[in-house]
Formats: sequence, C-alpha cells, structure tokens
Amino acid sequence: MTRNLGRRALEWVPALVVLVAALALWQGLIAAFHVQQFLLPKPTAIAKSLWDDRHTLWPAGWYTFEEALGGFAAGSALGILVATAIARFRAVGSALMPIAIAANAVPIIAFAPIFDAWFNPLSQESKMAIAGVLCFFPVMVNTLRGLTSVRPQQIELMRAYASGELEIYRRVRFPTALPYIFTALKVASVLAMIGAIVGEYFGGAFNALGVLIRSDAQVLDFVTAWAGIVVASVLGIALYLTVAIAERIVVRWAPATRES
Amino acid sequence: MTSANGTQAVVDIKGVTKSFARGNVTALQDIDLQLHAGEFVSLIGPSGCGKSTLLRVIGDLVEPTHGDVTVNGKPAHKARIDRDYGIVFQDPVLFDWRTVAKNIALPLEMLGWDRERRRRRLKEMLELVELTGFEDHHPWQLSGGMQQRVSIARALSFEPALLLMDEPFGALDEMTRERLNLELLSIWQQLRSTVVFVTHSISEAVFLSTRVVVMSPRPGRIAGSIAIDLPYPRTVETREDPHFFELVTQVRELLRSRGEHLLPEEEAAAR
Repeated sequence: MTRNLGRRALEWVPALVVLVAALALWQGLIAAFHVQQFLLPKPTAIAKSLWDDRHTLWPAGWYTFEEALGGFAAGSALGILVATAIARFRAVGSALMPIAIAANAVPIIAFAPIFDAWFNPLSQESKMAIAGVLCFFPVMVNTLRGLTSVRPQQIELMRAYASGELEIYRRVRFPTALPYIFTALKVASVLAMIGAIVGEYFGGAFNALGVLIRSDAQVLDFVTAWAGIVVASVLGIALYLTVAIAERIVVRWAPATRES
Repeated sequence: MTSANGTQAVVDIKGVTKSFARGNVTALQDIDLQLHAGEFVSLIGPSGCGKSTLLRVIGDLVEPTHGDVTVNGKPAHKARIDRDYGIVFQDPVLFDWRTVAKNIALPLEMLGWDRERRRRRLKEMLELVELTGFEDHHPWQLSGGMQQRVSIARALSFEPALLLMDEPFGALDEMTRERLNLELLSIWQQLRSTVVFVTHSISEAVFLSTRVVVMSPRPGRIAGSIAIDLPYPRTVETREDPHFFELVTQVRELLRSRGEHLLPEEEAAAR
C-alpha cells in the first residue's frame, strides 16, 4: 500500500517538473522581452495578488464554488433520474431522446442572460440553473448508456431467480452503470464551474468570482483577474479530484480503476 | 422443500410447441418429456434444434406457445417464482462488482438468509467446487474454468431440486472441460439433484448422463432417447470403455438418422 502510494506520487513528478519549468519560462520570457503587464503578468505578480487579495478572492471563489456545486448536484441528480425513467419505460425514451439530443446541441451558455431574467440575476440560484443544465446532458446520456449496457444473460439470470424490475435495477443495472456515471460526473464537475463563472459574466453579486474577474479586467487590473482565474482553476480541479477519488473508492472493480 | 418422492416427475413437459412470431420459426414442436428425481438428462442436437429453448421453457424464461410444463408438480411459472431451480449458462454471468463469495451468495441474499447462515453455506459451496481461498477474489481475477465453478456454486447454493445447465462448458478448452465433467459428476452424486444439461458434444453427454435425449432441428423435436447404463462413479477410464464407445455411436447414429446432418463444426465437437 505505501509502496503503491510512493509509486503514485512518483507518477506526478514529470507533470510537476513541466509545470515549474513552464512557470519559469513564462517569468523569464516576460522579463526578457519586456512584455506589458496588461498583456501577460508575471507568475510572481499573480502569486503576490493571490496573497494580497486573499480576503476578497477566496470568499468570492467559494461563493461561486457553491453555485457550481449546487448546479452540479441538481443537474447530475436530474440526469440520473431521467435516464432511469427512460431506461425503464421505452415509451418515455422514444418521446424524450430526440428532443434531448437536439437540446444537447444547443449552446446552453447562450441562455445565461435568459436564466438571469427568469431568476434573480444577483441570486446564486440563477447560476446554479446554468451550471445544472450544463451538467444534465452528459450525465443523462452516459447514465442511460450504462443502464442499457447490461448483458441480456444477466437479466435472464436475475429472472431465473424471480427478480422483479426493481431488484434487477438495484442489483444489476445500477452497478453496471456506475462506471459510466462517474465518467459523466467528472465531465460535469468541470462544466459546473464553467457554467457558474460564465453565468456571472452576464451579471451577478459583487462578491462573485466571475463578476470580480470581469470588473478587474475592465479596469485593466489584469493581475487580479489572473489571480481570480487561478482561484477558479484550483476550485474546479478540487471538485474534479473529489469526484475522481470517489470513483476510485466506489468502482474499484471496474476495468478502468483495476490495479492488478 | 420439494416433493421428490420418486414417482412424481420433477419436470413434466406435455405437448409443448414454441413458435417465434418473427421469421415464423417453429423452435419446438410437440415435445413430451418427463424427468424423474435424481436423473441427469442431456439434451443434444445440432444448432437450431431448440435444445436451449426447451431448457428456457422449463425455467419459465421462454413461454411455450402451446402445451404445459410442470416443475416439482406446479406450473413452471410458479416454480420459477418459488426459486425451484438453479441455472448455469455457457457464459458464467458473474457480476464484476461482487467478490466470488458474494457472487455465490447472491441467491441466498435474495432469499433473505441471514449473514451467519449465508456464511456457513458459502463455506460448504467453496469446498464443493474447490475454490476455498478464492472467496475474496473478483471474477476477472479467475480463469474461465474457475469462473464457471463459481457459477455452478451459485446455482447450487440454495440446494434447488433442479439444475438447468445450458452448454456450461462449451467455451472451455478440452482439458478443463473434462476435469469439470468429473467435478460436476461428483457434485451431482453428493447432492442428488436432477440435472438438465444442454450440450452439442456427444461424448460429454454420454459421459455425464443417465439419459441422453436427442433432438432434431426445424422444427425442433425429440428424435429419441438413449439410456446410458454406464456405472457410477464414472472416471477417466470410463471414456476408454468399449461400452462408452458403443453408446457414443448409438447417439451419433440417432442424430444422423434424422436426415439432418450435423454442421461441420458440430461434427468436430461431437468427436
């Protein structure tokens, strides 16, 4: 186990080296070519802003993260529920799927100003709605694929043991779908943060990260804008990693997470 | 739990016909067959003779178009709901997210057995199929033969009076298959359940069975039935017994006499 952890840690080393090298190159090139601060600030300047403005940046980040989290939870839950209904009742599927596929092609971000009109644009709920809609489709489509990828003989076996639909769902369909669901949740975790931030670009509370990044950029305070982007990235990655770790724990048996 | 009083048939099939609407195919026609307690009956025949369909009709997984099927003296549907039989497919159909132990105990969970009772039965089943020590493995960590033994243990875990097997060793290599044949016989002799065994291997059918039922295709019907009077316990030497060869020849001739010749790959499998 410890050796395993050690090996895992070792796998991170190349990525870390590349990251540090890229930051150093960034810093060096800006100094060498005298790049203007508003075009691209130095990493050290961004780091300084991250520390100096920590009392506005991180609370703003958290505020936006709550929106992303709310949208992620609601959108994903709804996606799983709708997929379950479609998998269970074929008629629901043939009625909904064409519409869902068409809707999936719509650039949902374009609806952000409209959601602001539906909900109070200063409320967190309006951003949760955008994040939620973004999360809904990948989760629904993947869950449905998982629920329907059960082998016919598995169903036959369960029927031989007098199982009803509910028991087959609980014991076979849902576990089969779990790896698909987690793949979708990872995609959705990233989309949720994007949805919340982009939603805030169209207007939101003053203490929201998206609003902060936009207003900083408008007053040419690009260093703080960059610091805001870093905060957004860190929180987005944190959400993604949480889902990835949950996946490792829950679906240890799935081919993708197998260790031996 | 069952009325295995010797006189009553465990499986009673009367005038069963099964046609599939799509393609207007008659899979089974006028099948009459009785299985008595403790019998080991193989259904053999070329592809399309309906042997797997007949097995599924017994298990109430396919509904006959006409005719009646009773299992343990009750309608096949009632028998399925009462969980009167265990079933093994060619594919082991194990659940990857369950360990070997939990795969075997699946029917026991569904029957609502408590943890302690499950644990005791599990121990017996692991010994029976010689998988003690593998209970915490996952199916994908086992060889094909071991997976099929898990599947057999699961089917037998709740001691059903009837075991339905649909070409259980068809996907295994010859050596594994012959070893599992021996193991299956020893299990059957310990448990004394009734077995319906679908196969397209003549030698396997003769080696295992008390009776071989030969089926012919299009439409699927019973061509004849041959009692296998080789003594038990059957061993590796049984396969070299002249009488074994006589019986194999009898089955093969019955298969041929039905006008429908075996397809080349079945010819090979039958040897």
